Amino acid sequence: MAVLTASDLRKGLKLEIDGEPYIIVDFEFSKPGKGQALYRCRLKNMITGSQFDRTYRSGDKFNSADLEEQEYQFLYKQDNSYHFMNTSNYEQIELSTDTVGDAVNFLTENLVVSILLFEGRPIGISLPNFVTLRVVQSDPGIKGDTAAGTTKPATLETGFVIQVPLFVEQDETLKIDTRTGTYVERVK
Amino acid sequence: MRASVLQSIRGFFQEKGFLEVQTPTRTLAPAPESHIEPIPLLEGGCLITSPELHMKRLLAAGYEKIFQICTVFRRGERGHRHHPEFTLLEWYRLHSDQAALQEDCEGLLQFVCRAVHRESGWKYGGNWLDVNAPWEKWTVQEAFLRYAGHDPLTQWNQDTFEEVLVQKVEPNLGFPAPCFLTHYPAFQAALAKMSAHDSSTCERFELYWAAIELANGFSELTDAMEQRRRFESVLKEREKADLPLYAMPEKFLKSLEVLKPCAGIALGVDRLVMLLADAPSLDDVVAFPPAFT
Repeated sequence: MAVLTASDLRKGLKLEIDGEPYIIVDFEFSKPGKGQALYRCRLKNMITGSQFDRTYRSGDKFNSADLEEQEYQFLYKQDNSYHFMNTSNYEQIELSTDTVGDAVNFLTENLVVSILLFEGRPIGISLPNFVTLRVVQSDPGIKGDTAAGTTKPATLETGFVIQVPLFVEQDETLKIDTRTGTYVERVK
Repeated sequence: MRASVLQSIRGFFQEKGFLEVQTPTRTLAPAPESHIEPIPLLEGGCLITSPELHMKRLLAAGYEKIFQICTVFRRGERGHRHHPEFTLLEWYRLHSDQAALQEDCEGLLQFVCRAVHRESGWKYGGNWLDVNAPWEKWTVQEAFLRYAGHDPLTQWNQDTFEEVLVQKVEPNLGFPAPCFLTHYPAFQAALAKMSAHDSSTCERFELYWAAIELANGFSELTDAMEQRRRFESVLKEREKADLPLYAMPEKFLKSLEVLKPCAGIALGVDRLVMLLADAPSLDDVVAFPPAFT
């Protein structure tokens, strides 16, 4: 674990504080008159998401957070846990619903995702920007009904419901942007 | 905007009978400072963090009113309000004290604002600024009592002074007109003279506008012995903290022996341009912002 000093502090840096990983989401260097430098940080807990402000000064030392991202393949869901397999060493891990979070809307078997590990413990998951998912249910669009807008709801294989154009039909496969949770296009 | 500000600064000082000077950018013996890090040079010495020592040597040689606009270098300073190299305006008056400098500040900023058509006010970051509104003057003690609820002189705490200043006091200073923060605690004197009637404060002041520190001025300490003691104590502090040590500025100390009472001030030109241009960051007012290292 690398030891950092106050002059290393900047936005995006990840630190370990009281055994938990934090990321600096806001940072301001200030230095009044002939006084000592102050490093004002807004820190976000990378597990709980809670934020707080703290001011550090030159001379303060920190540990960098022991974080690592590895590729995992989604295997299956059992009760409230999600099982993944490391694509390089085939080790399997289990993630809770809380850790998986909104990613659950886009998880299908065999999807390869990045999992963020803090001291070897999984704390977060990042999806590919785009995934393809099948439509399991969507009512036919009503032509000419422009007053109701030009989209209709469609239920995807994960159970997630999105708005799609009227021409989308059941059993079609769609490309979805996981960052916004929106329809991109049909996939043949 | 930058060009007009620079031209008008020169115009103001010429009108006031100041001589523009140039002093070295490299030095072997910078003023020992606890919290300012020079950028060292391969051949020894460092880049100046301020032209102060050289300019005071010119005063000691008899120049009465001098000013300089130059680039200075401070290692590791990088933020919205800090660049590791920036443009500093310094001016000095022989046979004078900080009151004259404060008058200069008012005259200068009014002059510059007229030159860039800001004399009837403008908005900086949503706040109304007006150089012609009444300028406030607060002592550090008054400002702390009002905004932080304690007296920094009787309840002195080196560790929290700057933090409280930055977080509680500074955000309130300099609306709509600039404001002086005066009577700094003696511990924060650096190269300033002690107050004549009060040993707990010194004749140092800062100029704030829109919560931004623009300038730091003082009635200069001209007691060579006292200045040497202060330098020695800073050098000891630096040695303890394992910071780079530079030579004692002997030539400067020698010049203090003949230096008459005088006063000097340093003003951050980039910050002034930033305010006048309603720019949120220094990066917006320099052509080539430095990298975050």
